[in-house]
This record gives sequence, C-alpha cells and structure tokens, in this order.
Amino acid sequence: MSDITATSHGALSGAADEARYYVHEHHPEHSTLLGFWIYLMSDCLIFASLFAVYAVLGRSYAGGPTGAELFDLNLVAINTAFLLLSSITYGMAMIAAQNKDLGKTRVWLAITGLFGAAFLAVELYEFHHLWHEGATPQTSAFLSSFFTLVGTHGLHVTFGIIWLITLMVQLGKHGLIPENRRRLMCLSMFWHFLDVVWIGVFTFVYLMGVLP
Amino acid sequence: MSDHTHAHGDHGHHDHDDGYHASTKGYVVGFVLSVILTAIPFWLVMGNVFENSNTTAFIILGFAAVQIVVHMIYFLHMNSKVEGGWSMLALIFTVLIVVIMLAGSIWVMYHLNYNMMPGMMHDAPHNQLPAAAPHMGHGTQP
Repeated sequence: MSDITATSHGALSGAADEARYYVHEHHPEHSTLLGFWIYLMSDCLIFASLFAVYAVLGRSYAGGPTGAELFDLNLVAINTAFLLLSSITYGMAMIAAQNKDLGKTRVWLAITGLFGAAFLAVELYEFHHLWHEGATPQTSAFLSSFFTLVGTHGLHVTFGIIWLITLMVQLGKHGLIPENRRRLMCLSMFWHFLDVVWIGVFTFVYLMGVLP
Repeated sequence: MSDHTHAHGDHGHHDHDDGYHASTKGYVVGFVLSVILTAIPFWLVMGNVFENSNTTAFIILGFAAVQIVVHMIYFLHMNSKVEGGWSMLALIFTVLIVVIMLAGSIWVMYHLNYNMMPGMMHDAPHNQLPAAAPHMGHGTQP
C-alpha cells in the first residue's frame, strides 16, 4: 500500500528516480517481515495438525503408562518459567537494539540463549527419564503423539538457539546494521511464536494430561 | 487528495524508520500478565481445586486462549495496522484453518470411535466364538 502512495507521490513531483528510490527502500524489509510471518503461520499449521493428532490419540494408552503417571508438573512449571523468562529477556534485547546499544543487545541475547538452553536441558532430561522408564514412542499411540508434538517444539527451540548464536556472531562482526536489525525482528517473532506454541503444549498436553 | 496521500506516505516512512514501537513497559505488562495466566492453571491442576475434571479443563483452556492473545499483543506486537493489515489477515486465515482442523479432527474421530465400538469387538468373537456364531463372519477371513 505504501509503495503505491510513494510512487504516486514521486509521479506528482515528476521525479522518477525518487519514486524508484522510495520503492526500493520500502519493499525489501516489508516483504521479509510479512513473508516470515506467513512462514510462522504455516508452522502454526504444522503444530495444529500435531495437536489434532495428540487430541485424537492422547488417551490411547495401549495398556502402557498414562500421562498422569508419567508427567512431573514441577518440571513442566520450571520449563514454562524458563521459556517465559527468555521471552522477556528477548524483549529487553529488542529494546536495547532500538536504543542502538550493541553491548546490551548482545548481553540480553546471551541471557535469552541461556534460558532457551536451560529449557532444552530440562526437556531432554524429561525425555531421558521417560525413555528410562520404558515410556518410548513405540509404547503407545499416546506416547508417539506426545514425543512428536513436544519433540517438534523442542527442535524448533534448538534451531532458534542456533539462529540466536549466529545472530550474536553477526552482531559482533557488523553491529546493529539494518540487516541485523531485520534479523533480530525475525528471530523475535520466531522466539515469541515458540512461546505461544508452548502455552498450548503445557495446557493441552501436560495439565490436561494429568487430569483424572 | 494530494495532501492526504502525502500524509500517508510520510507516516509510512516515519513508521519505517522506527521499525517497531517496543517499549519496556509493554514487555513488562505482557510478562506479568502471562505469569499470572500461567500460574493460575498450574495451581488449578496441581492443587486439585475443582472436583470435576471437565470444569478444570475448560477453565485452563480459557486461560490458555487469553494468554495466547496477550502474547500476540504484547510480545508479537500484533495489531490490525502491521504490514498494512496483511499480517492480521494471515493470522485470521490461519486461526480459521486451525479451528476447522482441530474441531473437525476431534469431532470426526470421536464419532468414528463411537460408531466403531461394535467393530472393536470384531477381533474378539473371531478368536473366541467362531463356532457359536458362524453366520457373523464377514467372509473376509478364510
């Protein structure tokens, strides 16, 4: 929309170069953020289908252990706290970037990464524990869908952390250039999106899983 | 008319320089709200506040829905003006698809399970009562 107005503005003043300048300046960043948002929406559909699978199969225990027997809500609460804290620390990083404070941005990003890593560590510990108790994905349809859903989320967090480290290196090399600010925005959306998915996971899988 | 487009262009440009309007206050408000909205469902479930599981389930699902909206507004900065409304449109479309997919899957599979209940018994008679009810065979088994 702004492209059109910008072009008409350029045409009115009769300077074609200026119009082209506006279009070039405006287009890339807009399309990146919107495109990334659309990617997130498609990711949302992946999670929705995994949630639907869990909704259908989540009570098919096949004589194996149930959610109420397996889940440790204290662990889940700690995990949720880690992810929530990482969300606000990422917000602080965004504000530091807004204030063009490179040092603070990197510090807050590092803290975010540590919370993300702590989340992953707790989740891996939980998976290891389940595996140890014989609750593997092969045990029942419930556990297959559980590991697929929670594992997919964990994989997303893993890639988020890899991205975050990459971004910190890029920030160290080039500073807060427009490209890096755009990347920060994209990772911000990704990270907060993962937190939104986690709300669904802890409510639908863990909390409702332990209800009698 | 010319003034109008001009103002629009300027506004767009200004928006662009800032990029986003994140504020510490917004993040803190969002964080406090989401802590509250997370703590209450955990308390409801871990403290066995309600006798009826269905009541608890509906309430915690409600809290999750509210918390998702809070995250959308305070963390993802979603509003109807981002990207000229296209983000919101994509979001609404996705929510629509997700609702159809989730509600449809649960509905269909629930009814499938319900209607297939006698079918589930199929395996048992085959093994246990082949002589008692030979006419019940469907001819699929040798």
